[in-house]
Amino acid sequence: MTIVTTAPHLDDLRADPRFDVELVAVTKRYDKVVAVDAVSLRIPRGTYCCLLGPSGCGKTSTLRMIAGHEHITEGDVLIRDRNVTELPPARRGTAMMFQSYALFPHLSCLDNVAFSLKMRGVAKVERHRRAREFLALVEMTEFADRLPAQLSGGQQQRIALARSLITEPQVLLLDEPLSALDPFLRIRMREELKRLQRRLGISFIHVTHSQDEAMALSDLMVVMDQGRIQQAGTPREIFETPATAFVARFIGGHNVITTHSGSFAVRADRCRIGLPQQGPHVSGKVAAVEYQGTVVRVALETASGEQAAALLPDNAFFAEPVQPGDPATFIWSDADAHRLEMGA
Amino acid sequence: MMVGGPSRQGYAGAGRPWTFYALATLFGLFLLFLYGPMLVMYVLSFQGPNGGVTFPMVGFSFVWFEDILKRGQMANIPPAFFRSIELAAVVSLLTVVIAVAAGLGFRRRFPGSGVLFYLAVSSLVMPSLLVGFGIGLGFKALGIEPSLFTSALGAQLTWTLPFGLFAMFAVVNRFNRSYEEAANDLGASPWQRFRYVTLPILLPGIIGVGMGAFTLSYDEYARTTLVIGQRNTLPLEIYALISSATSPTLFAIGTATTAISFLIIGLTLWRVFSIQKRRAGAAA
Repeated sequence: MTIVTTAPHLDDLRADPRFDVELVAVTKRYDKVVAVDAVSLRIPRGTYCCLLGPSGCGKTSTLRMIAGHEHITEGDVLIRDRNVTELPPARRGTAMMFQSYALFPHLSCLDNVAFSLKMRGVAKVERHRRAREFLALVEMTEFADRLPAQLSGGQQQRIALARSLITEPQVLLLDEPLSALDPFLRIRMREELKRLQRRLGISFIHVTHSQDEAMALSDLMVVMDQGRIQQAGTPREIFETPATAFVARFIGGHNVITTHSGSFAVRADRCRIGLPQQGPHVSGKVAAVEYQGTVVRVALETASGEQAAALLPDNAFFAEPVQPGDPATFIWSDADAHRLEMGA
Repeated sequence: MMVGGPSRQGYAGAGRPWTFYALATLFGLFLLFLYGPMLVMYVLSFQGPNGGVTFPMVGFSFVWFEDILKRGQMANIPPAFFRSIELAAVVSLLTVVIAVAAGLGFRRRFPGSGVLFYLAVSSLVMPSLLVGFGIGLGFKALGIEPSLFTSALGAQLTWTLPFGLFAMFAVVNRFNRSYEEAANDLGASPWQRFRYVTLPILLPGIIGVGMGAFTLSYDEYARTTLVIGQRNTLPLEIYALISSATSPTLFAIGTATTAISFLIIGLTLWRVFSIQKRRAGAAA
């Protein structure tokens, strides 16, 4: 580990740091409740990183500590090799996009975007010229004179993006940026976020509770629970080899099977309906059958009350259909069973 | 359509329930009770020169308005009116400044904040006449002559400050803190954050508090009466007149002061809206 006490000017010494963000045992305590428990993470340059987890898992607190809106109880935050732990938000090289965007309601879109330049004393003509450049970046030029209340959710988000990006951050922090949008717009905006991140070449850290969103966007996906990182890796690594039962359940599409020799995860789309003698299996009664178009989801409940699900190709299902209440057995091949770590 | 039509029509045909008419009548009576006496007063202030303080109207004239400005019994009314306006303006300004500071400060719990809050608002429940009496005695004990901008100002603040504080809490509660965090994120200093974000966003509520305080001060009687000193405010002057004179002049005073207060409130609101409009337009 080369990260030791870092002087503020270290980034002058090392011209090209490998990481945009490093968290070193970052902890947040509220009175006695530990919200974030010694989280360590390194985010390489130009990474789209998603912090994923259920509500209360510490993902938002972690983001807010990186941004400087939350005091860090213990540990250090480094941005491009510079220890920013004690710096105010505006001097960290980060910019944050808030969940509800927090656009200033009394200012036009242009003045919202130009706000940070105004605070730095940039003259009006110059700051409006720069703001128009950033409005153009998010394709909102024609909305410059509107007030935020006159915009749709998706348009507000673009203005919020432009307002954050005009500060030329090294890292953009996004707190559930898509949660206020309808499902259709959500998918379109997430494509745009990814495109923008690629184009700017900076790191984005995006907090979400949606595994679809995290899978679609992440270069680095960080699954959190109870203030700790459960697993960090590419979406494919996490989906194919979930580390714990929590991760397997949370990212979905997995059955967690517990046997006397430990727990393992089997993807629901690798399960078939078959007979117990054909190999590893789980038996029970069909609890529900859902037609989903390309696949049919069959939910199973075992005698001991455990749940399992299989995603069957529609032709396979309709060749041998089952009804709720029928006894059934799911089978899979040994190669598809992924052993899980014990513990949290 | 064929299925839905008849039943829906049947429902609409049933009309409003009887409770609607009962409550509407009650509300109508309430409005009459609220505004009826004032309307009577406004109408009677235009009573003819030979008319009295009750209906019927004997002609139509402005003589009772002219009466206010004449030398004589009514001579004190115009100066009393201006004193009231001046006092109300100062009370309103002080209430706004203190209530905004307190409202923002009380967002954070601090040791003793509960006690401080109850101390600040308890004067709302104290009998107003006694508050005035106490202040009057206090000034006497200290040997200070009571006057408009000392004892009367203080007495009125005991009334408008707790009110302003309550109203400001409601305003501040609706204020989303992420605006301030966004301002921090964008490099605003604490003063810039207040000047360019917090204050403009809260401004409509602040103006509401200011106008509320102005109105409370403008027609305050009970707290002011014992501490006013030599020169009366308008409500005190009118009260003195009611006990001595009975002519439609009193109504004319009422009509004139009402008109002037509406004018002041209207001008204030108009100015605020035009500032906001200009601000919104400045981006163009």
